[in-house]
Amino acid sequence: MTTFEGCAHKFEDDINTDYIISSRRKRDTLDLNILKNYIMEDIDPEFAGKLQPGDILTAGYNFGCGSAMEVAALVLKAAGIKVVVAKSFARTFYRNAINSGLLPIEADTDDIDANDRLRINLKNTGIIIHNLTKNTMVRASAPGGVILEIFRAGGLVNYIRDAGNFPPGVSEK
Amino acid sequence: MNRTIVEKIISNHCDHPVSAGEVVIPFIDLAMATDGSGPLSIELFQQMQINELRDPEKIIMVLDHYVPCPNDKVARLHDMMRQFCKKTDCKLFDLGEGIGHQLLPEKGYIKPGSIVLGADSHSCTYGALNALGTGIGSSDFAAVMATGKLWLKVPVSVKIELKGRPAKTVTAKDLALYMVGKLGNEAANYASLEFCGDTLSTLDMDDRLTVCNMMVETGAKCAIMPFDQITENFLSQFHSTGFQPVDPDPGADYDKIIEFEVHNMVPQIAAPHQVDNIFAVSELEGTPIDMVIIGTCTNGRLKDLLQAASLLREHQKAPGVELLVVPASRQIYSQAAQQGILELFSQNGAMILPPGCGPCCGSSAGIPGDGKNVLSTANRNFLGRMGNVNANIYLGSPLTAAAAAITGKITDPGEWLHDDF
Ligand code: SF4
Repeated sequence: MTTFEGCAHKFEDDINTDYIISSRRKRDTLDLNILKNYIMEDIDPEFAGKLQPGDILTAGYNFGCGSAMEVAALVLKAAGIKVVVAKSFARTFYRNAINSGLLPIEADTDDIDANDRLRINLKNTGIIIHNLTKNTMVRASAPGGVILEIFRAGGLVNYIRDAGNFPPGVSEK
Repeated sequence: MNRTIVEKIISNHCDHPVSAGEVVIPFIDLAMATDGSGPLSIELFQQMQINELRDPEKIIMVLDHYVPCPNDKVARLHDMMRQFCKKTDCKLFDLGEGIGHQLLPEKGYIKPGSIVLGADSHSCTYGALNALGTGIGSSDFAAVMATGKLWLKVPVSVKIELKGRPAKTVTAKDLALYMVGKLGNEAANYASLEFCGDTLSTLDMDDRLTVCNMMVETGAKCAIMPFDQITENFLSQFHSTGFQPVDPDPGADYDKIIEFEVHNMVPQIAAPHQVDNIFAVSELEGTPIDMVIIGTCTNGRLKDLLQAASLLREHQKAPGVELLVVPASRQIYSQAAQQGILELFSQNGAMILPPGCGPCCGSSAGIPGDGKNVLSTANRNFLGRMGNVNANIYLGSPLTAAAAAITGKITDPGEWLHDDF
């Protein structure tokens, strides 16, 4: 079992990757330690300053929509965020999160408020989100099979570096 | 079991027949990265400590987002990509060749039945050619370079039946905007959209590329058109062989079936700052417009430029409106030049930009000023998308864009068109 604990930040529906980190910042540098100072700047200029390592992002539907740029997931991880809980994710963000070793959890976030303290337990069989502030619990499903293995390896780069390839069992035409 | 198009394409790339919901690791036919995603992909590939590309013929890089190169930092990233392509022997389209999503279909790289990945979200465009095109990230792209494969969840399929013939003023872009507004995120997220219906016979390849391009705005994984005479005619210019068109099995299992009646549709526009914030153009008529962009991977093809030119031939651009025209590729640029429409745009006060993404995502010149209203033929209007959070972006067809350039306001293009259009 893996446990994550941190303070919740709350966002609405449809947070796109340009909001997470704007294209004009990415054009100047790929250095995540610089980029992390600009997370969400277009919708909340104060946000990056408030973030603490271990904090957990929560959001409504369709988190990470828009551009497929992986920097959006990497920059959150660089800021010390390990988990994002949203009602749903855009598929490219979901992929990029797993591939970067950032855990995307699909769950109802209505009862989580900003600054609630959350403890999240990840097991192969499922995920439990404890809201320590409100003393409530929500279940979510854990990613399965190779997806969980990639996350547990710390992302796709580590996974391929360690294994040299994806598991066999696919035809090569 | 009876399978949908996407299930059949993925099955053909795995060692067993697959169905929706399975996580599989298919081999892929082609992968494209841009200067937006390529540098990070190369860095991640190097971190994988694998020395060679699995198959250089399946890897393409395109310098299209930052054209011409805007500063020294990007110049270094461009050079890094050039050197990597040279060293690994993979194909590079350099600055000014055009947008990746245009070059791949235009140069015959997209084959029916294939899996084509792009490290860019609008890679769903390739579905116009009966292929599975979908967007991936930079780690994914690095993994494809290393292994030739990708992890993938087989999506559920949503069948979209388009019925009837659209009116003359209703373009493929209007159809796409209408569907984005109606489908929202709930119907299509993670799904494969599979098109059918009699409207398709009225959509040529340019139109199909426009429709499939926009479908990622519904959250879809991919959007696939059937293979028909129009696909076959388009492919015949490449004398390409060795592809296998894919039809759905009779009785295939769809998550949903959605019908759209097309014949009553009117021109559509997306208002700031969400692509699904859709109105009829007539509802927003009169909204002042300061800047008009005609181009991008959605609407920078020859047909789009010709449509815009049909209005700008007869009417003067309004004074004070900034008009930017960006052909999607060098080939389109040449064709437009040969047909005299670049001259026409220029004489009418337009600025013609080199083939590439142009001002679409704020990566190249053409940033709108504070408080400006932009009408663009692009596919996204998020706050700050074009590089200034104080600008407002509306999305419409090339006809709607040209009409706005003429009046300086949002204007239904219908009244400007001749009967013989
Ligand atoms: S034209 Fe715009 S949407 Fe298309 S690939 Fe370029 S930046 Fe992306």
